[in-house]
Parts: sequence; C-alpha cells; structure tokens
Amino acid sequence: MPYAVETRDLTRIFAGKKKRRIRRKRATGEGEDHLGPVTALDQVSIQIRDGELFGMLGPNGAGKTTLIKILATLLLPTSGQAFVAGHDVAKDPFPIRQRINMVSGGETSGYGLLTARENVWMFSQFYGVPSKVSKGRIDELMHTFGLWDKRDAKVRMLSTGQRQKMNMIRGFVTDPDILFLDEPTLGLDVNAARVIRDYITNWVRSQKGKTVLLTTHYMAEADQMCDRIAIIDNGKILACDTPENLKRMIRTETTFRLEVDTIRDIASFSSMEGVKNFSHTDDISKNRTHLTFILEDEGPVAEILSAITSQGKKVHSLQKSEPTLEDVFISMVGRGFE
Amino acid sequence: MKAGTVRRTDFRYRLGLNLRAVVGRSYPRIVGANREPSWIFFEALLPLLGIAAYVFIYQFFGNQAIAVITQSTATAPWGMCGKHACADAGEQAQYLAAVNANTNALVASVVLGGTMVAFWLNVLWSMASQLYWEKEIGNLQLYMMAPMNRMALLGGMAVGGMVMTSMRAVSTLVAGVLVFGVIFQVASPLLLLAVFFATLVALYGLGMMFASLYLLWGREAWNLSALMEEPIFFSSGFYFPLGGLLRIPGWGPAIAIAGSFIPASIGLDALRQLTLGSTAFGGTLWIFDVTTELEILVVMAVLFLILARYCLAYLETLAKREGKLTSRHQ
Repeated sequence: MPYAVETRDLTRIFAGKKKRRIRRKRATGEGEDHLGPVTALDQVSIQIRDGELFGMLGPNGAGKTTLIKILATLLLPTSGQAFVAGHDVAKDPFPIRQRINMVSGGETSGYGLLTARENVWMFSQFYGVPSKVSKGRIDELMHTFGLWDKRDAKVRMLSTGQRQKMNMIRGFVTDPDILFLDEPTLGLDVNAARVIRDYITNWVRSQKGKTVLLTTHYMAEADQMCDRIAIIDNGKILACDTPENLKRMIRTETTFRLEVDTIRDIASFSSMEGVKNFSHTDDISKNRTHLTFILEDEGPVAEILSAITSQGKKVHSLQKSEPTLEDVFISMVGRGFE
Repeated sequence: MKAGTVRRTDFRYRLGLNLRAVVGRSYPRIVGANREPSWIFFEALLPLLGIAAYVFIYQFFGNQAIAVITQSTATAPWGMCGKHACADAGEQAQYLAAVNANTNALVASVVLGGTMVAFWLNVLWSMASQLYWEKEIGNLQLYMMAPMNRMALLGGMAVGGMVMTSMRAVSTLVAGVLVFGVIFQVASPLLLLAVFFATLVALYGLGMMFASLYLLWGREAWNLSALMEEPIFFSSGFYFPLGGLLRIPGWGPAIAIAGSFIPASIGLDALRQLTLGSTAFGGTLWIFDVTTELEILVVMAVLFLILARYCLAYLETLAKREGKLTSRHQ
C-alpha cells in the first residue's frame, strides 16, 4: 500500500559543538552539557496513510521538528530512509517539494513591508501557482481564517495570532497534498487556535488525498484532531495508534489527579508500592502543585494522601479520571511534558 | 480548491515556475522599498554628499591649475603652460581648455563612480548578506523547501536589487549633471547599454556567489561587507580612473589588478570611456579598450553565475547534512 509518508529506521544525529568551543568551555569552567553529538531521531519507523491526519506527540526536544525537517527535504537523515509521496527525500526532493508545504508555530517569515496578501502571494509564486489562481485562493482563505479585514495590513502590523493565520494561509495556498504542521497553534488564543484546528480537520476530511502530519505538545489538540498518534520521546517512537487505542492501553491502570499546597519533597512518591508513574506541575501564582498519579489500583491513594499531609500540606482536590493522552505519555515515559 | 492537483515536471512547467519565482522574490524589493519615503533621503540625497566631497576636491585642483595658467608675471605674460611659460594667448587657451576638460572628466568619473557605488553597496548589503538575514527571519527554510530552482531565488533578489538601486543611481546621475554641471558625450548608446548591463549582471553574479558564502561564514559576513566597502571604493577606482592607480610605481598596479576582480572596476572604466570619449585624460588612464572590457565583463558574468550556482548547491547540501544553516535554532 502506498503511504503518503513512510520512514524506515530513520536516524538523525547532530554533530554537537565544535572542539574549539568545548576547549573554551572547559577552560572557563562552563558546563559541558549537550556538547557532544545529539541523537534527535533514533530508528524511527512510521507509516502515514494517504488522507490521514497523523499526530506526533512529544515534549520539546523529542525530535518532532527534526522529523518534519527531514520529510520537508530540509535535512538529510544520518541513516535510514524517508519517503514522501513515494519519493526518497534524500535522492528525489523535487517531486516531494511540489506536493508539500510546511507551517510552524511562532513563525516570523515574510517581509514586514508587504501586506498579508502580498506575502502569501509571494510564497505561492515559489510553487508556480498562477497569480490569478493564487489571489483567488488567498481571498477565499482570508475569509475562512477571518483575516479578510487585515488583508491589506502590513505584516509588521499584524498580531501574533493574525500572523499565524497568515502563515497557515501560506501553507494552504499552494494546495499541497501533504502538509506538515509543526506546533501550528503555539501561543495562540483559544479562538484563533480553534479556527485553525477546525480548518485543518475539515481540509483533510472533505477532500480526497490530503494528508497532514501535525506535531504538537497539546494533548487535547492531538486527541481531538488526529486519526492516529505517534508518541515520541528522546527521538524514539514509544507508541503509535488511534487516540482511543492509546488510552485503552492504560485503562487497566487508575489515574488520580490531586491539587495540593506547593510541595517540594516529591521523590518519595516514586518509591511507593503501586505507583506506576507520576508527574507534577507547580502553579506559582496559586501556590499549588498539581500531581498526576498512574496507579496499578486504588490501594496507594491513602498512603499518598498521608505523605502529603505529613508534610503539613493541604489537599485541595482529589479526582479519579479517565485516562488522557497525557496519562498515556506519563505511563510510558515516567514524566509529563513540563 | 480541488484535490488531486496534477504535478507537472516538464521543461515548460519548470521555466514558468522559475520565472514566477524570480518575479515573486523581486517583488518585495521593488514594491516594499518604495513604501518607505525615507529612502529618498538615505538612498538619493546622502550619497550625493560623498560624491560632492570628491567633486569639490577635483574642482579645487582644476581652479588652481587655471589660476597658474592665467596668472601673468613678468617672465610669463601669458601664464604658465605646464612647466614652461605659455608662448601666446593661443597656447594659454589650449591649456585652459585641457584643464577644463580634465576637470569635467574627473567630476564625471566621480558621478559615474557614485552611481556604481549604489550598485556595489546593494550587492554587498542586500545581496551578499541577504541569505544570512533570510535565515535569521525564518524565510530561508521556506525558500529551500519550495520546488523552485535556487538560482531563481538569487535571480529574484538580483533583479529586485537592480531595479530598486537603479532609482538611486539615476537620481545620483541626474543630480550630478544638474548640480555639478557634468557634460557627457555618448557616442555609442547601444554599446553603453551593453556594457552597463554586462557590468550589472557580472556584479550581481558576484553578489549571488557571495550570498552563499556569507551564509557559511555567518555573522562574520558583516565584517566582510564592511571590509569590502572603502577599500574596494579605492582599489576599484570608484572616484578616479583606475588607470591612474596603475601608473603609480610599486604598489599601485598590484592594488589596481586586485580591484579589477570586482566587475564594477572594468565596467566603470568602459562606461567612462563611452561617456567621456577614449581621448579623455589624454587617453592614458584607461586599462583596456571598450571591446576588450566588454568581453571581460561577459566572461565574468558567466563565471560568477556558474560559481554562484555551485556555491548554492554546495551550501544546500551542507545545510541538509549539518542542519545548521536553514534554521537559526539549529
């Protein structure tokens, strides 16, 4: 079966800092973290079907962007192979480039002196889209994304959300078969993010042969939009399935969420019997800590509560919940995204 | 929008794609730049000040020479004609005409040099450094991902730069004629146009080559551009005929030959011959005749374009292999 995207044991290693910089850091006593080679992708094998909205879920530095850059013909793999629309990214990039586009969250591309409409038109010219066709599509997309009123505003005058909508229009204006979206809703307000999510979903569902690879670290976004999701961490694919199947994997386990006074001593939780994994985030403004426990059963709950109250901390809420994709991630990796 | 767009790969499609890419990339330069009214001050008026300095110096020397010729003394009633006293009014008038012609030729050389400076600065700061800036603002990876030929990207930058800079160059030229009273004598307009375009293509070909190299060198590109401003103004004879440098014994020829690798040097020399006449400066300050210089410019244009093509191909391979060039984050 032909895949829109297929990778086979794809590995990408970045060389790391130069010897000269390592020597300087040693001489000045600076830390040497991350100076050596970094394995961004480690034997990644995935298949994305034609017409699929495929999600890549993982924390910052997991390898999502590296994977997209390889698929977008911007990076070469260190080893392994990657095929887009049946073409090898390393050997045959031209037909791939005709069929793809990419939009990243927080993009600052374009020229501030041009208007939003002109900027998108300019990028469409690099794909050979006739001007008349391009302008028609731009107008249609500007209406859809709610950017019509700002079509003649200079790009430097656009807000972050408006600019990201313009970037999305840039991605769709070339009518790609395969669209790579790298954290497309990063930093956007709820409404702007919703408009973008709805359009992407509708774009894939309403047309034949349109494929999207979406990377995100927003769990709900991946859950809501994607047909299948691959969970990636440290360059490795940990699981790949539909959101329902992924959540079903840990349904035998129990998820508890607690909101407590800010707590510092959390190391003891990991050694408790029955605690499979847990994560925590601090809410500094409220002076609270949010704890999520993946438990083998409900047995350890009393011990956890006891451990918290023995530190003089108050438990503000305790909730048993259905597993989410974040719980799946915590269950697999042993930590949350934060 | 309909699904299943047919993707063509034939020659006609590729030609159309790359021509559209050239137009697309030149657009921000041509349109965007003219949206800033301040350009008139920075691009047209300020450069005139630099030119004016040279013009006043040359006019001062011209006036001094005229004063010597016209100053009557007991031993030289018709003034001095060179190192000897003028024999009569006729010889004096002949010498005065020669001084005026030389002064006009020098001022015209400066004005022509000033127009070429505009192109050279554009090549340095808006061509050579451009890919580095495109990388910084995140455009480069979008360009590299597009199906267009990479030369179309550079070509678009060059065409946009040429059109935009022509406005500054024309205003410098017009101001030179109006303010400084320069007189040009164009005998072969077609040849003049041919030399001008060959110079621009060679110059922007060099800029296209630099664009790739600058990207490899990163921030050091800034220093390199700064380094190539004033020294090149001097070694390429932007404000004087380059042949004058060749006649200085010792270091003169070495610097002039080094400067001649910048197409603007040879181009300017040919343009000056075509607008002032090859007999200006006694016909002694030209490097080669116009035809030879045009041939050299054509060779340079082809050579730099080919080198630019290979540099960019090398850069792209390096970028894809090392992952350091297309994104500022890597």
